[in-house]
Amino acid sequence: MASLAQAIRMALAYGEQKLEVTDIFGQDVGPPLGGAFTVTQGLTTSWNSPLDERGIIGMATGLGLAGKRCVAEIQFCDYIFNTIDLLKLAGNACWSSNGEYNVPIVVMTPVGSGIHGSIYHSHSFDAWGSRIPGWKVVMPSTSLDAYGLMLSAILDPNPVMYLIPKALMRAKGEELIPGEPANDKELREMIDAPVDPKLRANWKARWPKLEEYLVPIGKAKHVREGNAATVISYGRQMPIVTAIADRLAGQGIDYDVFDLRTIYPYDWQAIRASIEKTGRVLFVNEDTEISNFGEHLLRRTCDELFYSLKVRPRLLAGKHIPGIGICPTLEDVSVPQENHIEAEMLSLVQEPS
Amino acid sequence: MSKKLSNEKLREIYNLMVEGRILEERLIKMNKSGEGYFWIGGPGEEAFAIPFGMLVHKGEGIQYDYLHLHYRASGTLLAMGAKSIDAIRQMRSTATDPYSGGRNFVNHYAVKKWNVVPVFSCIEPQYLQSLGTAHAQREKGCKGITIVTGGDAGTAEGDFASALVWSSRPAGELPLLMIVTNNKYGISTPWEGQHGEKNVADRGKAFGIKTATVNGNDVWEAWEALENAMEYVRKERKPFLLELRVSRLYGHSSASGAPRWNEEDCLALFEEKLIKQKIITKEECQKIWDKTLAHITDLYKKVREEAFPEPHTIYDHVWMESDGDKGRDHFAAEIGIDFTQNPPPQAHH
Repeated sequence: MASLAQAIRMALAYGEQKLEVTDIFGQDVGPPLGGAFTVTQGLTTSWNSPLDERGIIGMATGLGLAGKRCVAEIQFCDYIFNTIDLLKLAGNACWSSNGEYNVPIVVMTPVGSGIHGSIYHSHSFDAWGSRIPGWKVVMPSTSLDAYGLMLSAILDPNPVMYLIPKALMRAKGEELIPGEPANDKELREMIDAPVDPKLRANWKARWPKLEEYLVPIGKAKHVREGNAATVISYGRQMPIVTAIADRLAGQGIDYDVFDLRTIYPYDWQAIRASIEKTGRVLFVNEDTEISNFGEHLLRRTCDELFYSLKVRPRLLAGKHIPGIGICPTLEDVSVPQENHIEAEMLSLVQEPS
Repeated sequence: MSKKLSNEKLREIYNLMVEGRILEERLIKMNKSGEGYFWIGGPGEEAFAIPFGMLVHKGEGIQYDYLHLHYRASGTLLAMGAKSIDAIRQMRSTATDPYSGGRNFVNHYAVKKWNVVPVFSCIEPQYLQSLGTAHAQREKGCKGITIVTGGDAGTAEGDFASALVWSSRPAGELPLLMIVTNNKYGISTPWEGQHGEKNVADRGKAFGIKTATVNGNDVWEAWEALENAMEYVRKERKPFLLELRVSRLYGHSSASGAPRWNEEDCLALFEEKLIKQKIITKEECQKIWDKTLAHITDLYKKVREEAFPEPHTIYDHVWMESDGDKGRDHFAAEIGIDFTQNPPPQAHH
């Protein structure tokens, strides 16, 4: 099964072949490296840009204004912050021109902790992204969703921010991407660039016969069905939540688990229906907790579903500190880990209504 | 002095310069009388702005010129064929404002049929967005070029330096004409105290970019410089950095009160030269001024009767969808507005 990185790479190849993507670019995106996480290896329209994040977002926006389809990469979201006004301009081009222009671009960037990335390779961007109207913001946690969300992002006529949980880059999917060979080794030989620079210089990817598979933007995935309590997460914490839910299901506690997949426009219908069913809800993500996106969901839960709640709604998020310390003793207490999530999930069902 | 400009063309330029000036002065008056919240524009830049608009290859798509303008381009738009009434509409924030539907400041244009991409108030990101349209125009056989404009003070932003780097990359030189109108001020701060370089254009030389610095207050000089630069970029598919020294006749914006400044007036100079060369008479000039003033006043009166945008239109065009405004539908569902009712009721939260 493809890793998340391989799934995105195949989606980009499909984008080049079938969806009129003309440019996939950013720092180290083109050959020889093919991306810091190998996401852009073997592509035919990929190219290396100057080390200039503002230039990358400006270039992408201009391509979008010219009606071209492109995917731009910011190597780590930690370095996207100096482009915020450019992101705002891409997001408001349609609105400010009263519908005259649209900017059909994708900006992808790895986010979050989990690789001991220290202060400048561990930031999150989901809350920041949600505050830039005009953008759609997505974040897959599985390979198949990564493929399907990228295709939808490319096809969308609006700017789409594609956040990649970097700790899951090498995580293998459990579902085959349409067209993907079932054998891992076969896939690697087809689409992974050789490490030896001499072999790599003449290497060309052999893409499987990929097929269209779209994950609609704005639709959450119902990961586990249950009545005990609702857990809403996305990104790196999603597989952790699911694993805990499976373990606790063995103890007779069935959680209703959702992978939000789209931060904005988020699937409120799915969230609402589940909270109305269970009366108990926990939101989990790793962004810092002050003005966290989960705080918005909490606020809306209180505003609109207060009388459906049996116990106080909860948010488990990262600590509001300036960075993630590199030492595991620091990182592990800075963002929600499995033991924290399990404790919150248990507390959620154990509190008397 | 260029001999290419016929008497007929010179009279056309003169007419447009007069219209541009009277339009801007009307916009300033509207702001001062409370009929518009903010004014910013380009009175004093007509000798450059009008020839620029006339020389553009106007149209939609990469075969035509893309324009990434800043907010002093009223003359350029007029010369391209824009209607004065539409600038007045944007000044008054009416629903009929074709550039932003009553959302944006005056002189913030967006005209897709002419490749005029949305003008914004931020200083200098247009230089970065221009890289993208210029990159799209690297396509084989493409005749269109990208033109970006900005002021001298904006060149202090890193985005200007970025444009020099990206447009001259050996891996992908861009058909990009970068224009700097140097009026020697950044809002209230004089250029001399902030910039050590003699000419802004000199910065292009380090990148091997062809440059020129010319008097933008002279129609003939501006025309020739623009024509040469555009021809070079169109033919060579390489960048060009053109600096034009211009006046700023009413200050930065209404924020500084927009009083008339004692600077060289390109229109008065042009008029004087046309009369001296017997291309036009003083009486004809007066007639043009009177007629244009009456015309702009009529347009202003008409716009005063036009409606403001409906409150619920704030949800229009948040997103573009190929099959209707799904963005608006999304908000309708989210906040419980029924857009099928007229007028739609207020959101319930």
